[in-house]
Amino acid sequence: MIELQNVCRIFTVGDQQVTALRDINLRLDAGEYISIMGPSGSGKSTMLNMLGLLDRPTSGTYLLDGGNVTDLNDEQQARVRREKIGFVFQSFHLVPRLTAAQNVELPMILAGIPAEERKARVQVLMQNYGLSDRADHKPDQLSGGQRQRVAIARATVMNPTVLLADEPTGNLDRTTGWEVLKLLEGLLEQGITLVVVTHDAEIGARAQRRIHMLDGRIVSDEQRTK
Amino acid sequence: MKLADTFQFAFGSLRGSPTRTLLMMLAMSIGVAAVVVLTALGEGARRYVVNQFSTLGTNLVIVLPGRTETAGIGPGLMSGQTPRDITLDDAQALLRSRAIKRIAPLTVGSAALSRGALNREVVVLGSTSDLLEVRHMSIGIGKFLPAGDINDGLSVCVLGNQMKQELFGNEQAVGQWVRLGDRRFRVIGVLASQGESMGMRTDELVIIPVASAHQLFNTSSLFRILVEAKSRDYIEQAKHDAEEIMVQRHSGERDVTVITQDAVLATFDRILTTLTMAVGGIAAISLAVAGVLIMNVMLIAVAQRVKEIGLLKALGAPGKQIRMLFFAEAALLSTAGSVAGLVLGYAGSMIIGQIYPTLPVSPPWWAVLAACFTALGTGILFSVWPARRAAKLDPVAALAGR
Repeated sequence: MIELQNVCRIFTVGDQQVTALRDINLRLDAGEYISIMGPSGSGKSTMLNMLGLLDRPTSGTYLLDGGNVTDLNDEQQARVRREKIGFVFQSFHLVPRLTAAQNVELPMILAGIPAEERKARVQVLMQNYGLSDRADHKPDQLSGGQRQRVAIARATVMNPTVLLADEPTGNLDRTTGWEVLKLLEGLLEQGITLVVVTHDAEIGARAQRRIHMLDGRIVSDEQRTK
Repeated sequence: MKLADTFQFAFGSLRGSPTRTLLMMLAMSIGVAAVVVLTALGEGARRYVVNQFSTLGTNLVIVLPGRTETAGIGPGLMSGQTPRDITLDDAQALLRSRAIKRIAPLTVGSAALSRGALNREVVVLGSTSDLLEVRHMSIGIGKFLPAGDINDGLSVCVLGNQMKQELFGNEQAVGQWVRLGDRRFRVIGVLASQGESMGMRTDELVIIPVASAHQLFNTSSLFRILVEAKSRDYIEQAKHDAEEIMVQRHSGERDVTVITQDAVLATFDRILTTLTMAVGGIAAISLAVAGVLIMNVMLIAVAQRVKEIGLLKALGAPGKQIRMLFFAEAALLSTAGSVAGLVLGYAGSMIIGQIYPTLPVSPPWWAVLAACFTALGTGILFSVWPARRAAKLDPVAALAGR
C-alpha cells in the first residue's frame, strides 16, 4: 500500500550537494511492523519524512494506497497527512500552552470536526491511554512517558493508516521507553502500519521487518518469519 | 478547520504570550485613541463656532459701514473721503424691504457705570426693543427696552446679569437708578445669564436705547445694523435689498458692507472640517506605526513558534490554514486594540470636555469608523508578510526548530 519507486533526495548545503536518499525502492504492506535502523546521517530520518509527506523527493514517485501523492499540491498533501498519517516524535512536540486533552484534540480541530465529537473521542482516547486524570495538565506538568503517551494519542486520534515514529523512546528512560513501545505495538492489532526509526538495535529487533540503511541506501531488508 | 476554531486557536496563542499581546494592543489603542481625541477636538471647535453663530441670531444679515475691498485702499480713501456713516434713518429705511422682518441698530461704546460708591467701566450697547428677538437674548427680571419712537432718548437701561450682581448684589435692581457717564438711567430689566457669544459677554453689558447712546457718546453713526430676514429663503433677498437701499440713500455710493451669517458660517464650517480631517489623518499615521510594530512582533512570533508551525503542518494543516491563523491573531489584536482605543479616546474626550466645558467635544462618527477600519486594515495588512513566512516554512526544518 506504500510504495517508493526510485526515490532520490538531494539537499543543497551551501554549494555542496548531499544525497540523503539514493534510488530507494520500497514497498510496505498494510499492518506491517517495520523498523528502520542505521547510523546517524544514513538517511533514515529523511526516509521517514518522505513517508510522512513532510519532504518531497527530488526524483522518483511515492504511491500511497495506489495513488500518486508526489504530485499533490500543498493543500492535498496536508489532507493526506491529516487523514492517513500519524507522527510520533522523539521530543514529543506538544504545544506547551495547550492542555494534554487540547493537544490530543488539535488534529481534529484542523480537520474541522465538530466540537462535541472531538470531546467524545478525546475522552475515549485519554481513558485508553490511562491519561484521564492528566487531561487538564499542561505538558510541562507531565512526565516524559506521559508526554509521549499524549503524543501517541494525538497521532492516533484521526485513525491513521500509517504511524511514523522517529526515535519514540529516545528521550525516555529504559522502563518508560518499553512501556511506550508496547503501546505503539498494541496499535498493530488495530491494523495500523507502524514504522519506527531508531538506532537502538534492541528496539529495532522487535519489528517483523528490519531495514538497515547506510549512506542513503537500503543495505538490508530482513523479514522475520514467525 | 472551522472559522470559530481558527479564532479560538488564535485567541489561545495570543493569551499564551500576554506581555507581547498587551504591548501590541497598547500600540493599536493609542493610535485609535489619538484619532478619536484629535478629531473630537476638531469637531468640538467646529461645533463651537457653529453654536456661536446660532446664538448670534438666526437668518441674520449684518450691515456695517465701510466697504471691505481686496485692495488696501478703498475708493473713499482715494478721493479723500471717509465712508459715510450709517444713521438711524438708514436703519429704518431698511424696513421698506419685504424680505426684512426686523432690524436692530447697534451703537457700541464704553462708559463708567456707577451706583453710589460702586463704579466700573462697562461696554454700553445702544439699540432698540427688537434687539431682544434679533440677537436671541432673554430677559431675566423686568422688561427689555420699550418699543416706540427710535429717536426717543429715554433714560432707561437693561443690565447684564453680572453687572446687576456687581452693583446690586442680591438687592432689587429694577426701578433703581444708576449713573452712566454723565446721565442717570433707571434700571428696567436684567438680562438672563447667557455666557459668552461671539466674544461679547452679554452678562457684562449695559443696554440703553440707541438714541440715548448717541447722546451719551455724542455721535449719530451706527456701529452696525443687525437685520433679520423673514426666513432662511429670504436671506439673499434681504442682503440684496439692504445693499440697494443703502446705495440709494448714500447717493449711489457702495460704501457699506453686508454680510450674511450663513456665508461666514459656511466658510468656518469648511475650514474646520478640513482641519479636523487633516488632524485625524495625522493621527492615523500613528496607526500605521502601530501596524509596523505588529508586523515586527509577529515576525518575531513566527520565529519563536517555528516548532509549533512545523507541528501543525505535520498534523495536516496546509499553508493556507497557517496563514489564516496569523490573520486571525492580527484581526483579534486589532479589534481588541480598537475597542480599547475607543474607550480610551472617549474617556480622553470626556476629560477634555470637563476641562473646557465651552467646547462641545465629541468625536464625529466618520472618524470613529475610519479609525476602527484603519486599525483593522493595518493590523491585517501588516500581518500578511509574517503569515506568508509562517506558511512557507519547511515542515522538516521547522520541526527541528531551524
